[in-house]
Amino acid sequence: MSTTTAKAALQGARQDPKAGAYRGPTRTKMERRRNLWIWLFLLPTVVLYGLYSIYPIIASYWYSLVQWNGFESEQTFVGISNYEAVLADPAFWSSVRITLIFMLLVAPARILLSLVLAVVLNSPKLPFSKLFRTVFFLPVVTTTAIVGVVMQFIFDPSSGPINAALRAVGLDGVNFLGDSSSALFTVSAVYVWKFFGITMIYWIAALQTISSDVYEAAKIDGAGAVQIFRFITLPLLKPFLIIISLLTIEDTFRAFDLMLTMTGGGPFFSTEIIEIYIYRWAFAASIPQLGFASAAAVLFGLFVFVVGLIQLWGVYAARRIQAENK
Amino acid sequence: MSVLKEQSVGSGLHSRAGRMLRRSPWWIAFAFLAVSALLWVYPFIWMVAASLKDSMEIFSSGLNLMPKVFAWENYVRAWEDAGFGRYMLNTILITVWTVIIVVVRCALAGYVLGRYKFPGSRIVMGILVATLFIPTGYTIIPIVKLSLDLGLLNSLTGMVLALSGAANVSAILIYAGYFRQLPKELEEASIVDGAGFFRTFFTVMLPLTMPVTATVALLTFLGTWNSFFLPLVFSFSRPELRTLSVGMQAFVGENAVDWSGMAAAGVISIIPVVALFIFLQKFFVEGIAGAVKS
Repeated sequence: MSTTTAKAALQGARQDPKAGAYRGPTRTKMERRRNLWIWLFLLPTVVLYGLYSIYPIIASYWYSLVQWNGFESEQTFVGISNYEAVLADPAFWSSVRITLIFMLLVAPARILLSLVLAVVLNSPKLPFSKLFRTVFFLPVVTTTAIVGVVMQFIFDPSSGPINAALRAVGLDGVNFLGDSSSALFTVSAVYVWKFFGITMIYWIAALQTISSDVYEAAKIDGAGAVQIFRFITLPLLKPFLIIISLLTIEDTFRAFDLMLTMTGGGPFFSTEIIEIYIYRWAFAASIPQLGFASAAAVLFGLFVFVVGLIQLWGVYAARRIQAENK
Repeated sequence: MSVLKEQSVGSGLHSRAGRMLRRSPWWIAFAFLAVSALLWVYPFIWMVAASLKDSMEIFSSGLNLMPKVFAWENYVRAWEDAGFGRYMLNTILITVWTVIIVVVRCALAGYVLGRYKFPGSRIVMGILVATLFIPTGYTIIPIVKLSLDLGLLNSLTGMVLALSGAANVSAILIYAGYFRQLPKELEEASIVDGAGFFRTFFTVMLPLTMPVTATVALLTFLGTWNSFFLPLVFSFSRPELRTLSVGMQAFVGENAVDWSGMAAAGVISIIPVVALFIFLQKFFVEGIAGAVKS
């Protein structure tokens, strides 16, 4: 706001405090010019985000209603028959189930284990705590697809180092990724290892919002470390728990890179999450079923959206708790 | 506690012993963490070791990490024969351009959304927040179709545009949050000096955002360098456009037995991000922690 308009607004305010701010030709002209600049600033985002994020969200709905076998072939409208086919496909339901199991395996592990580590690493008394933070965060910055490929070799049943270690201590080797009963657990463990550091940094940031005075006061009152954690740290972390869970759970929907490079969804579809299912029908099939895959994608989008909504509701609840604490 | 303190006044030796004793649980924690940390980075140590063993030794050496002879030719094979020199160049080009576009577009958008109320501002903000968590698997089919229609599929330009157009909402939110808390007097002073909207932004506001710009640039760099789904789909029919991550997947598909070449390719691909992280750690951590604080 410029000084001239501020003065004009002030003069206006003497007569009519509400109408004054919008009166006068200079004001509207300036405002129009300002709005022009504003939309000019937004233009790159409107164009790029519009084309590559908003348009695809809308277009998916149309594509889900057509029969379409390849990006360069014709689309024929078929109504909701793609949805009927997807919903009747046991492999789709299996991928929904695996996505959910994966989420239930990795999200609590990431959230709780990293909290424990963050509490330890946040203590100023721990030697080299900065170095540890760096080390535990390191896998986060590495390329997921490359880690996935390397992990295939690390878990290799015959020459991989993990099975070599198992045999060295006299145990039987395990075909971690080749066995459909263990593959999902193996990928989950690697996923937790890979993205653990992000959640750990979230928790450290949350812990640092608690002032050290609170701890000092508790110590003077004779509270032990466990009591301090139970009665001071945990209640103060509660609102953060909800936000951190939201971010971590939404993150579990982005496991495509690791799944495709480590297992490709196999063996026998045992690690096929919804994104791999979509990918398989759209890009890996000999005759691509793009309409069918789009219907699955729309359902997946709705699924993510609903999970997000439930959690946003949780965030509002967290905000309320925070407001009450203040 | 207090007993130990009184003793420590007596002599220096006691004081040191006392402190060690009081801190001993932390040294136990330290020892435990040190072992875990070693196991934590073991996959990377293994990869580096494997990249230096010759193709026979890698299958026979078991748990022994140290190569007998350093087989540097693995790196030559990965760089030249497997095409990772080319993939590296592609990845650098895509990453640099995407970072530039994302920083410019998000700084501009974040500035107006964070500092101005205008007709439509709430709608724009609402749409951005509502689409914050859109997964790539949902948008990928229309993105490919659109790029095909625009003649941008199978090109690096197409990849850059798709990568800088999809997601990145969090960068706008980081900028908006930062601009919002800057004092109002800054703009007023600049307008008194006769600067217009654009000059105020460019000469007064933008220089103040360096810490945020560093964070956004780094996180975008990381996200783009490590991206896989989009580059994979965009380079199906043009192998020479592969990025490092896509190249790695293809390499293993074609040479399943060349473990040491695979490991060398992995080291080549990961070293730039790891080096960047170690030197600029502070910004990475701040950028990620920001999601919780706001």
